[in-house]
Amino acid sequence: MTHLWLIPILPLMGAALNGLLGRRLSKTWVAIIAVGCTGLSCGLAIFEIVTFSDFFPLIERHFTWIQADRLRVGYDLLLDPLSSVMVLVVTVIGLLIHIYSIGYMAHEEGPNHGGYYRFFSYMNLFMFAMLTLVLANNYVLMFVGWEGVGLCSYLLIGFYFRKKSASDAGKKAFITTRIGDFGFSLGVFFIFWVFGTFDFQPIFRQAAAMSVEPMSQLGTLTVITLLLFMGATGKSAQLPLYVWLPDAMEGPTPVSALIHAATMVTAGVYMIARSNILFSRAPFTLLVVAMIGAVTALYAGTIGLVQKDMKRILAYSTISQLGYMFLACGVGAYAMGIFHLMTHAFFKALLFLAAGSVMHAMQGELDIFKMGGLKQKMATTYWTFVIASLAIAGIPGLSGFFSKDEILWNAFNAPQYGRFLWAIGWITAGLTALYMFRIVFVVFHGKFQGAEEAWHHVHESPRVMLVPLIILALGAIVSGYVQVPRFLFGGVESFTRFLAPVLEHPGAHKAEEVASAASRGMEINLTVASVAIALIGILVAFAIYLSKPERAKAIAGRFRLIYSLLYHKYWADEIYSAVILKPIYFISTWGLWKLLDLLIIDGLFVNGTGFVVRSVGSALRHLQSGRARNYAAWVVVGAVLIVAYLAWGR
Amino acid sequence: MVSLNYFLILAAILFSLGVIGFVMKRNLITMFMSIELMLNSVNLTFVAFSRHINSLSGQIFVFFVMVIAAAEAAVGLAIIVALYRNRESLSVDEVDRMKL
Repeated sequence: MTHLWLIPILPLMGAALNGLLGRRLSKTWVAIIAVGCTGLSCGLAIFEIVTFSDFFPLIERHFTWIQADRLRVGYDLLLDPLSSVMVLVVTVIGLLIHIYSIGYMAHEEGPNHGGYYRFFSYMNLFMFAMLTLVLANNYVLMFVGWEGVGLCSYLLIGFYFRKKSASDAGKKAFITTRIGDFGFSLGVFFIFWVFGTFDFQPIFRQAAAMSVEPMSQLGTLTVITLLLFMGATGKSAQLPLYVWLPDAMEGPTPVSALIHAATMVTAGVYMIARSNILFSRAPFTLLVVAMIGAVTALYAGTIGLVQKDMKRILAYSTISQLGYMFLACGVGAYAMGIFHLMTHAFFKALLFLAAGSVMHAMQGELDIFKMGGLKQKMATTYWTFVIASLAIAGIPGLSGFFSKDEILWNAFNAPQYGRFLWAIGWITAGLTALYMFRIVFVVFHGKFQGAEEAWHHVHESPRVMLVPLIILALGAIVSGYVQVPRFLFGGVESFTRFLAPVLEHPGAHKAEEVASAASRGMEINLTVASVAIALIGILVAFAIYLSKPERAKAIAGRFRLIYSLLYHKYWADEIYSAVILKPIYFISTWGLWKLLDLLIIDGLFVNGTGFVVRSVGSALRHLQSGRARNYAAWVVVGAVLIVAYLAWGR
Repeated sequence: MVSLNYFLILAAILFSLGVIGFVMKRNLITMFMSIELMLNSVNLTFVAFSRHINSLSGQIFVFFVMVIAAAEAAVGLAIIVALYRNRESLSVDEVDRMKL
């Protein structure tokens, strides 16, 4: 008997315990409950996946949640290769980040330990929602998790809600993703309309029998998948809905690592991989996905080059890497999207946690130009950060190399615009190496730029924070070896093979088949090219930021226009504000508030009704004189009128 | 044989007298008697119609009305006595307040 339901329920239990009783518990107990529940869930997940991997797909039907006519939505959980990869990523990385948070949040002061219990309660609630999302066996339950993670994201971004910018960032994240969720829910309604069910298996079975829709016309599946992708752009911070993610860095750093790097933001990629049968039959959508992914990767990468806030650089890097994943999905290489999702989860969580360790030492300072030389005092943090940077830059031997290379290779073989997509991805790879090593050199090398006292305060983080860093660093190194390209040692493609039952169906086009054996040499060339550009990126970072730091200013001065364009993030927030927010405010203020609400609803309906009732009442109240004989007279008048009506009225 | 019309006209006159008495008079006892007058004028029509259509049900109704009127008289008079003890007046215009 499998007990999949325990995997999401355990963190929910932790959330409830901490949320309800946490105020009365000490920090130690809060941490034990939170980490314990996550750890149990993680252990159980590993156990179930190892034990039952021969029985995939494993479906558990627990109870019917909604039943109306032919609509049935059940609390049904699905464990198959795809969801087990996601469950492993979520629980393992979630557990490590929970452990890290014990140390990171230890210094929260104030009433109720500065919301220590609240933090862990939200984190556990997030784990519950995320696990529901990835384990759901129908789109509605998936949507529950989808919204649940959005809620927890909001709560945790605004964790320091007394800070205006934090609570604003929370609202921004919630509302921006809500625009995407609108599309997602429409897509789900469409699915029900077309397929008559929300359950994955019947939908995919029916869709598999449908033919690939032509590019030129907007078919049903194209509409559905475009709407679903709209949800993905919101949740996974792609153009044009990415704006919330950089602001989301207002939350505590473990939150950024867990939600805004490793798990929640990858929900869109997971959703597309899960619905791959639908997407594969809508080539137009796939092209849109690939284009948006590639453009977002480049766009966010360029912004990341010049930002000064350490966490924001990492946030733009996350957006950029998510772009890679969508690029992979868009060219039909879903397995590679999920592969990059997994490796990215390791090294990006590690980058954030290491950044949190730096922040911890710098007392919350985030401007990288006020740091420098931290390597001397924070060796472990330094080395883990470097490993993660090498991994994300795609240096051979580390996980990022394998996943990024596979994506670029698949992009190159895409049926349409393959060279273009590859070129964008290739340039982005260089940018990635450049901005990551900019951080490495500016923060950890050179001379300390901050105040004297700050330097004295710099210290290595406690062991409870370092151990997760080291484990994640190991993950960032080895997690790529599950999928080694064929030209290296004959290749190990266990990841693709593992995911094949979910992701490979007759009709889904595969890059491997498109690419002939002769192009095998091309793959090696491309790999060499991408490694070369990564190395160039690192060397450029070295030349600008380490060997001659004054060069950075000179270059910024020479290309002032581009610099300021990038530094102000293409003025995206300002443009959104002018084009979308201002008109909405205007309509809301003058149309909805002043005209509709104050004048029509308040004036006409509310006060108007009152006025009519009051005037009629004041006219009629003279009838109630309080004299019995008056009333008697009215009774007589009434009786006479009735008799008159009966006699002559008809 | 007196025709039906005479009974009805008499009943109408009695009823109107009752109404007028009820509306015009101030004394509670008088109003009470006016109500009895109206009830009895209705009884008269009942009996008259009962004879006219040769059916006993009208007369049964009369018994009902009489029983109700008796009960009403008992309750009403009790109220009037209680009222007089409290207010020392029987004019309706002076007892238009619930509270003293």
